[in-house]
Amino acid sequence: MAYSKELLDHYENPKNVGSMDKESEQVGTGLVGAPACGDVMKLQIKVNNKGVIEDAKFKTFGCGSAIASSSLITEWVKGKNLDEAHSIKNTEIANHLALPPVKIHCSILAEDAIKAAIDDYKKKNRKNR
Amino acid sequence: MKKLKNIYFDYQATTPVDPRVLKKMMPYFGEIYGNPHSRNHSFGWEAEEGVEVAREHVAKIINANPKEIIFTSGATESNNLALKGVSEFYGDKKNHIITCVTEHKCVLESCRHLAGKGFEVTYLPVRSDGLINLDELKKSITDKTLIVSIMGVHNEIGVIQPLEEIGKICRSKDIFFHTDCAQAIGKIPLDVDKMNIDLMSISGHKIYAPKGVGALYIRRKPRVRISSMISGGGQERGMRSGTLSPALCVGLGEACNIYSNEMEKENKTLTKYKDMMLEGIRKSCPDVYLNGSELMRVPGNLNLSFAYVEGESLMMGIKDLAVSSGSACTSASLEPSYVLKALGVEEELAHTSLRIGFGRFTTENEVKYATDVIVKEVKRLRELSPLWEMAQEGVDISKIKWAHH
Repeated sequence: MAYSKELLDHYENPKNVGSMDKESEQVGTGLVGAPACGDVMKLQIKVNNKGVIEDAKFKTFGCGSAIASSSLITEWVKGKNLDEAHSIKNTEIANHLALPPVKIHCSILAEDAIKAAIDDYKKKNRKNR
Repeated sequence: MKKLKNIYFDYQATTPVDPRVLKKMMPYFGEIYGNPHSRNHSFGWEAEEGVEVAREHVAKIINANPKEIIFTSGATESNNLALKGVSEFYGDKKNHIITCVTEHKCVLESCRHLAGKGFEVTYLPVRSDGLINLDELKKSITDKTLIVSIMGVHNEIGVIQPLEEIGKICRSKDIFFHTDCAQAIGKIPLDVDKMNIDLMSISGHKIYAPKGVGALYIRRKPRVRISSMISGGGQERGMRSGTLSPALCVGLGEACNIYSNEMEKENKTLTKYKDMMLEGIRKSCPDVYLNGSELMRVPGNLNLSFAYVEGESLMMGIKDLAVSSGSACTSASLEPSYVLKALGVEEELAHTSLRIGFGRFTTENEVKYATDVIVKEVKRLRELSPLWEMAQEGVDISKIKWAHH
């Protein structure tokens, strides 16, 4: 299977690897996938008081395509507001990385992860209001 | 350390042809072109002689009589012929087959085919070390049991089944014992008499002979009979029609001949390499598990689970090392290996498995280099792994409710 240059670059030099304080009210955390299925993604966003994502971090257990998909989406969501980030489609990720058909589920997982992180952030902040 | 390019660590998938083997084969692609079955001129005799010398070499390495060896296209054909051939010949008297869940697909599929023709098949489970339980074997035997088929050395996890004990049980109950020894020839001492083996499958390309050739040992005393699968001119004592390829047969013969002299020495070197890599990895990386028995295994096979690091991503990171993934995620199925599953390796750990194979042309330098590369990449990917992070924080991953997708 030949992978695209973009995919290999995100795999070899992943952007935004790391973790943020999941207890912080500014941070939303999404944890999706399952170890038994071979991929788990943890995606975190830090949202400022204007509702803009100012930082994003990820950690991923999964194949190269899963790592690249999560690295890419953390790059994309930075600077976006929550609605813009929520509207990112998996197909955009799959196209950008030229994912082969068997790896499309990796891009779906990345989309799920960002949605889960946004939901988590919103839930936290609704409670506090 | 200097970067090495494309190092082969997949000797269980196939092996390169040994140059000594190739040298013996070459004349049979050129000047010795006769049909080995032509009985009435020197061209045929010369080709036949090459084939018969090869047959002696194959017989010798398993302590058989050359008349008990027939050449085939490979172990897949041999396994098919052994199981289907015996079943067809004796099927009206006995109709029960015993095999094991971790056998090679060609054995399992042959059994499935026979089940469709009315045979009963028992699939023995394996213990967590990959070996069968002999008491389970004994308990599974009925007065209808015709044949037991258990492989000698496992292709994926490298474990050695107790052939001698299985043979003893089979002989005492008058049951045929077939064993797929594609991965066992040249790796462990084999003796068809001492082990009471009635049929044995042999492959060329796992032992430094070319692809496309194999053999089947079929016992003569007490005689085992099989129905042939291929109709034709009655070559190979009527059991496998079709003109033999003398070049390929000579290749298989020479490969066995080399092993007859060098097995012990080679095993010593491979054991050294295996220990070197295993210790090197374990020293630097915790939570690495060896799949299959640590004692009853051949030295050329390391099947390892690197917890918290997905196998395919690890393979991508060590792309200059040709290894095999324990999980089948590169194929469309996304299912981890049925063999590791049968051992009771949890799915999440099965996804982190690699098979690293050493062989005759592996060098110490390559082993050292590969160990370093693997350690480095496992550490890098663990820094990326949310599961590793949770484990370090003391979170029990098995207690989390994961959304399976």
